[in-house]
Amino acid sequence: MSENKTILDIRNLDISFKTHAGVVHAIRGVNLDLCKGETVAIVGESGSGKSVTMKAAMGLLDSNASVNSGEILYTYTNDQGVEKTVDLLKMSKKELRQHINGKRIAMVFQDPMTSLDPTMTIGKQIMESMFLHRKLSKDAAKARALELLQLVGITDAEKRFRHYPHQLSGGMRQRVVIAIALSADPDILICDEPTTALDVTIQAKILELIMDIQRKMKLSVIYITHDLGVVAKVADYVNVMYAGKIVEVGNVNEIFFEPKHPYTWGLLSAMPDMDTDDDRLYSIPGSPPNLLHEPKGDAFAARNQFAMTIDEKEEPPMFQVSRTHSAATWLLHPDAPKVEMPKELEARLARARKEVEKYL
Amino acid sequence: MQSGYTPQKGDFTFLHRQDLSTDTNFASQSYWKGVFVHFFHNRRAVTGLVIVLLILFFSLFGPVMNSFGYRDIVQYRNENNKRVVAKGIAPQIPALHRLFTGEELEGNFSEYTFLFGTDDLGRDLWTRTWYGARVSLLIAFVTIIIDMMIGMSYGLISGYFGGMVDNVMQRFVEIANSIPRLVIVSVLAIFMPKGMGLVIVALLLTEWIGMSKIARAEMLKIKEQEYVLASRTLGAGNGHIIFKEILPNTIGPIITQVMFSIPTAIFTEAFLSFVGVGIVLPQCSVGTLIEDGFNNITTLPYQILPPILVLALLMLGFNFIGDGLREALAPKLEDM
Amino acid sequence: MAKYVCKRIGMAILTLLIITFLLFFLVRIMPGNPFPSERMSAEQIANKRAEMGLDDPILVQFVRYMSGVLRGDFGKGTSLYNGAPIKTVLSSAISNSFRIGGIAILLGTAVGLILGITAALHRGRFLDSFCTVFSILGVCVPSYVFLIFLQYNFSFRIPFFPYFFDPSRFLFSSVIPSLSLSLFTMSTIARFTRNEMVEVFDSDYVRLAESKGMYGRNLVMKHVLRNALIPIVTVLAPLVVDLLTGALVVEKIYGINGIGKLMVDAIAGEGIDYNYVLALGILYSALYIGIMLIVDLLYGVLDPRIRVSAKEGDA
Repeated sequence: MSENKTILDIRNLDISFKTHAGVVHAIRGVNLDLCKGETVAIVGESGSGKSVTMKAAMGLLDSNASVNSGEILYTYTNDQGVEKTVDLLKMSKKELRQHINGKRIAMVFQDPMTSLDPTMTIGKQIMESMFLHRKLSKDAAKARALELLQLVGITDAEKRFRHYPHQLSGGMRQRVVIAIALSADPDILICDEPTTALDVTIQAKILELIMDIQRKMKLSVIYITHDLGVVAKVADYVNVMYAGKIVEVGNVNEIFFEPKHPYTWGLLSAMPDMDTDDDRLYSIPGSPPNLLHEPKGDAFAARNQFAMTIDEKEEPPMFQVSRTHSAATWLLHPDAPKVEMPKELEARLARARKEVEKYL
Repeated sequence: MQSGYTPQKGDFTFLHRQDLSTDTNFASQSYWKGVFVHFFHNRRAVTGLVIVLLILFFSLFGPVMNSFGYRDIVQYRNENNKRVVAKGIAPQIPALHRLFTGEELEGNFSEYTFLFGTDDLGRDLWTRTWYGARVSLLIAFVTIIIDMMIGMSYGLISGYFGGMVDNVMQRFVEIANSIPRLVIVSVLAIFMPKGMGLVIVALLLTEWIGMSKIARAEMLKIKEQEYVLASRTLGAGNGHIIFKEILPNTIGPIITQVMFSIPTAIFTEAFLSFVGVGIVLPQCSVGTLIEDGFNNITTLPYQILPPILVLALLMLGFNFIGDGLREALAPKLEDM
Repeated sequence: MAKYVCKRIGMAILTLLIITFLLFFLVRIMPGNPFPSERMSAEQIANKRAEMGLDDPILVQFVRYMSGVLRGDFGKGTSLYNGAPIKTVLSSAISNSFRIGGIAILLGTAVGLILGITAALHRGRFLDSFCTVFSILGVCVPSYVFLIFLQYNFSFRIPFFPYFFDPSRFLFSSVIPSLSLSLFTMSTIARFTRNEMVEVFDSDYVRLAESKGMYGRNLVMKHVLRNALIPIVTVLAPLVVDLLTGALVVEKIYGINGIGKLMVDAIAGEGIDYNYVLALGILYSALYIGIMLIVDLLYGVLDPRIRVSAKEGDA
């Protein structure tokens, strides 16, 4: 996909959950690449399986989950300077915790109000990883923790170091969570809806902070989000996920200006926009399929106004649009009738493009 | 990734669906139906329900399943016109005995079926056990329902008005809650004769507090929600809002609390009767039956088992139902 | 924090005072009390009443009574123990009850914690089910039933333990009552600990700790146990109260001269001994309020969310 080396490569991942109601097939063959130093976003409605995919990479799946097939290949340079590739799904939880989690792949969670241990000071929580993975001395760890607190934009680091989570605001706590994630110098940072639980004014600041740190520390970042605004701001590549599958993938320009999948059209149309003439706020009709009963054919067919007969028979494969861009919809089949994205959306995207070009 | 399917003619025609906006995936399932389904999928909750229903059934119909009254002494006059009393007969079923051994039972009452045996006075324990269970259940149900009404009204009013009213009402609850139940019972024992009345009043005075706390907490949670505000802006009165808008939403947690309070009430009744300030003879309840059994334990050890089993099963059943309800009302995501 | 502690202690004392007055008032307004009146003439009774200060306003009487109570003087029983001073009877009863109850609480808490933690660590597997069944059993059967069972089997059929309490062999003869009293505590704590731990295991902060690379014993010790055990302090108060109630019957059945048996004798006998009811009522209330106070303060010390107020570090 890009010139940089791929460091995380998810191949054909398939996961299901056992529940009271039956088996839920939550991830149905996901492929995803992350290259060094780049940012990849996974976009989709809640329940589309975006978090589950990343939890699988972290070994954080609930006990009722089972991985049916697939691999998550992670390439890294080990402590001896030798490059290695491992399948994270083949590693035991213990191995993952010892060698990968925190040390090489770290995660920032959605809700900063609940993701910090309420009975432990912030300083201790930041230093924990350093003791685990970097074997730092107490003084060195403290110095590093203070440095990190300043890096994530917390003033009065010395004072905050001794504070408990409840003494900080939501935005502050998310900064602390980021500091914790960075504490053992990981290669990859997974951000699971990092700004959803925060005030709008703080959202932008946190995103900028992550981007800034990414540049400074040469991190590769995966964003999990349902917010296309976030995606447009931070991502190099975008994976649109629907019902446990990636339905469209491309770089950020391709997804935003030349989307091919009707679901992506829907997502883009649903974004609020100041200039749209239409008063109504668009929303994609219906709701995602219940993966307890796996749909036959294209999972999106039931909500797709361009659904064709074939969509109910067979699942569409990925059609390559360009080197970096592909989408899973039968509309791209050579025999399919020519369908353009809705006029309204086209106009909108054209306007947006002009805006962007102004700044280039 | 190429699928093996080769498109056929006619595959690429639009379906032109009109019904896109109807959402059938999660077709409107009402809240209570969801709770219902969840509850009945919970094996423990169903077990609890079956146990309670069985005991309820026997406590209603058990005493009339044979000809003995709960206070009647089983006896007859023999040929010398002497009274023969069925004292201390271990559980016996003549028909089964005949079936398995081919012999007749011995003794004066070899024709009689005593499923649980008889006590030292010659009363049938089957009848007494179920009669006792009936009394215990009745006390529990009556008091808890009254407690529920008192507690809910108190909690809802306190939570709804807030401020000074809430403050005063909560101080009162705090003090009331700081008096051990034992002390309340002992003071009541001064004023009231021992018996069912004392048990009921003791339970009435203590069990409402828990209910009121739950009702108040729910009220505080719901009070600020949009639909209540909407109703207020439309000019609804306090009474209307409390009882029409909010009350229905507190039902779930309150019923759960009821399921946990009933066993507490049964426990308390058994305890008070055992100590000797509860149900008095010749009435009987689970508590007095356990006491009787204890008094005769060295001579008639089987006598204590039925009431203990009934008590334990009732506790178990109601606790299971309560747990099941709590889970069904607030299901965790992974159980869905 | 200091302000909170003072306020909390003040509230406890005030509550106790109100309850004590209520008890005093209720017991004193009873007619015909507090001495057996059959053999006395009306004049004698009047004299006696005046002599005992029973005609004074109730508040004056209350202050007089309370100043006695503070010196440990609860007066004399009206019918129990031939009018021996309540103080003497009570002090030996308290010592018996506290020792047996203390053993029960310690045993119950220790075993309960072990069971609960074991169950949570083996969630969904055999040991979990085993601990669950055990704790359900303990909650569903009253302590006196356990006592009867143990007494019947291990004192009567197999006469190993004494059939009744024997103060000269204190420890040996407290095995049966302590064990039966501890079962409820044990199962409640086991159940609560298990649920708390499971909840903490599912929490976001444990997820974050795992994503940091913590696992196994380290994770449990540093993040799970502390968070799970703090709330357990709160169930201790109701448990002690249940224990006191249970002790009533257990002491009565096993012939232990403790406060529970005293209470039963005072209310369930032929005549009610008002002075004992009053003294025991005050004692029980003080115990209850005292325990709630201790639990509250302990909780405050253990939980930083209460210990350190949010205001100190505005955000």
